Amino acid sequence: MTDLATTEAPAGSIALADTDDSTARLHRNLFIALAALLVVAPFVAYPVFVMKVLCFALFAIAFNLLLGYGGLLSFGHAAYFGMASYVSAYTAKQWGLTPELAILLGTAVAALLGTVFGALAIRRQGIYFAMITLALAQMVYFFSLQTPRFTGGEDGIQAVPRGKFLGLFSLADDRALYWLVAAIFLCGVLMIYRIIHSPFGQVCKAIRDNEPRAISLGYRANRYKLMVFVLSATFAGLAGATKAIVFQLASLTDVYWTMSGEVVLMTLVGGLGTVFGPIVGAAVIVAMQNYLASLGSWVLVVQGVIFVACVLLFREGIVGVIAKWIRKPL
Amino acid sequence: MFELLGVPPQALFGQVLLGLINGSFYAILSLGLAVIFGLLNIINFTHGAQYMMGAFVAWMALNYLGLNYWAALIVAPIVVGAVGIAIERLLLRRIAHLDHLYGLLLTFGLALIIQGLFRNQYGSSGLPYAIPPQLSGGQNLGFMFLPNYRAWVIVASLVVCLGTWFLIEKTKLGSYLRAATENPTLTQAFGINVPLLVTLTYGFGVALAAFAGVLAAPIYSVNPNMGGDLIIVVFAVVVIGGMGSIMGAIVTGFALGLVEGLTKVFYPEGAATVIFVIMVLVLLVKPAGLFGRQA
Repeated sequence: MTDLATTEAPAGSIALADTDDSTARLHRNLFIALAALLVVAPFVAYPVFVMKVLCFALFAIAFNLLLGYGGLLSFGHAAYFGMASYVSAYTAKQWGLTPELAILLGTAVAALLGTVFGALAIRRQGIYFAMITLALAQMVYFFSLQTPRFTGGEDGIQAVPRGKFLGLFSLADDRALYWLVAAIFLCGVLMIYRIIHSPFGQVCKAIRDNEPRAISLGYRANRYKLMVFVLSATFAGLAGATKAIVFQLASLTDVYWTMSGEVVLMTLVGGLGTVFGPIVGAAVIVAMQNYLASLGSWVLVVQGVIFVACVLLFREGIVGVIAKWIRKPL
Repeated sequence: MFELLGVPPQALFGQVLLGLINGSFYAILSLGLAVIFGLLNIINFTHGAQYMMGAFVAWMALNYLGLNYWAALIVAPIVVGAVGIAIERLLLRRIAHLDHLYGLLLTFGLALIIQGLFRNQYGSSGLPYAIPPQLSGGQNLGFMFLPNYRAWVIVASLVVCLGTWFLIEKTKLGSYLRAATENPTLTQAFGINVPLLVTLTYGFGVALAAFAGVLAAPIYSVNPNMGGDLIIVVFAVVVIGGMGSIMGAIVTGFALGLVEGLTKVFYPEGAATVIFVIMVLVLLVKPAGLFGRQA
């Protein structure tokens, strides 16, 4: 099966070749380097900034799982990110849940939402799929806007307590919280890496490249699509729920369509369909937003320009270009 | 005062009117999206921004050049359509051979740029645009008060929609367009300049959006954010109607506006989401859309 999925990939698509030994070793080394970077990062950079990068990187990786490996462009991933963020913030603040439980609950709600929306969206394909996911996400946005008792309306849920991890270790200090966020991030990345390289991931790629053929080989394409959609929504939720604890805030920005656009941009900049691309893309975009924060709406313009430039000139993204250069999938 | 279905008729007909006005905008915008999608195979995310540009061009024409509303109704679609033609020639044409999703991403980026530029220049609070003096005032119909301008918006958009339908379904130019939508290569082999047709189609779709923007300017304030949310509702309208039929887009647009208006009367909390809920129902029952062709 795996051979079919990869050798038949159309030229120019960024199909991940079968991971041979040298590629596997390279990836392992890169993960070790990533872990080392995570250990060093809070000592050289502002921890809250690094945590923001990690949350968005996880979000982008989750999105990339769906688009890069499932071939499905969701324009409504803010719904899962934002809803998980609300649930985690609400339960931590109003119910007094410990952070890990709040995050888990937020993630679970995102998974549930992903199941419902995914089942609806996969009924149409291509461009319609993108429009449906966008419209469903906008529905979540209006829901959030109109239920201020739950979401705090325009103000959002502010001053969410970071609480004590497992009820024992206080996370009030940025450094302490950082290790939890870094652990969540690393677990998320490794799990998605495992999913991509599992037989399930190979079938998803086969469906992405040629759906009728995959169906004729006996795979129930819709079940795989739904599954990869739910997984993607779940990890997006994990990222959103963690973000709410880090910034102690869940707001309408998290469920708005601009957020859905941002995650597409991060993935595109880093490299669509690459393992490490979304991490790089998230770091670049978050850093850019920080740098340009004082310029107001120019951020929007700059993001738009990057979007256009990426689509016209730089479709492989940063990591995609490097991968082509060293001739190994990254 | 008598009541209708437990609601005073003033409120009921007022919301029905408002719903029809929103429906006019849905119809014109989804029509433009459908025409562009038919030939270019891209979903034009910039459509909302181009609608906003139409309103802004009208405002600028009035405040900088002293051109009145009626002139703006002609000038704005031409100006915005020309910008659209430039976008098609310079940008969209380069990615025509790629997956259609790249078209969506590119036009999304363009929408961000346009919206950001206008927000920088004019802020996000909105600028007033007066109703033209010929259309101020209104008629008392006995059961409700009908502002002249609102009646004009509905009539004008109906005329434009039906005119577009006539142009595409009943004229020679329209038959070229339909042929090129069906099979561009074969149409070109018959000696028809398909690339030119593509450019003009995009320009025309965009001009429709700008026209809707001018119509909207006196009703809603002229605001850089006016297109962003609207376009997503229009996407839902397009999913509900399916993009296969011109008349389908028009009917769906007006009908959904009406439904939205009625929801505002009977269940105000649901007004913002009712179109999305209908979209979900349509997806469950008839995934191809009410007028869709593809399975």
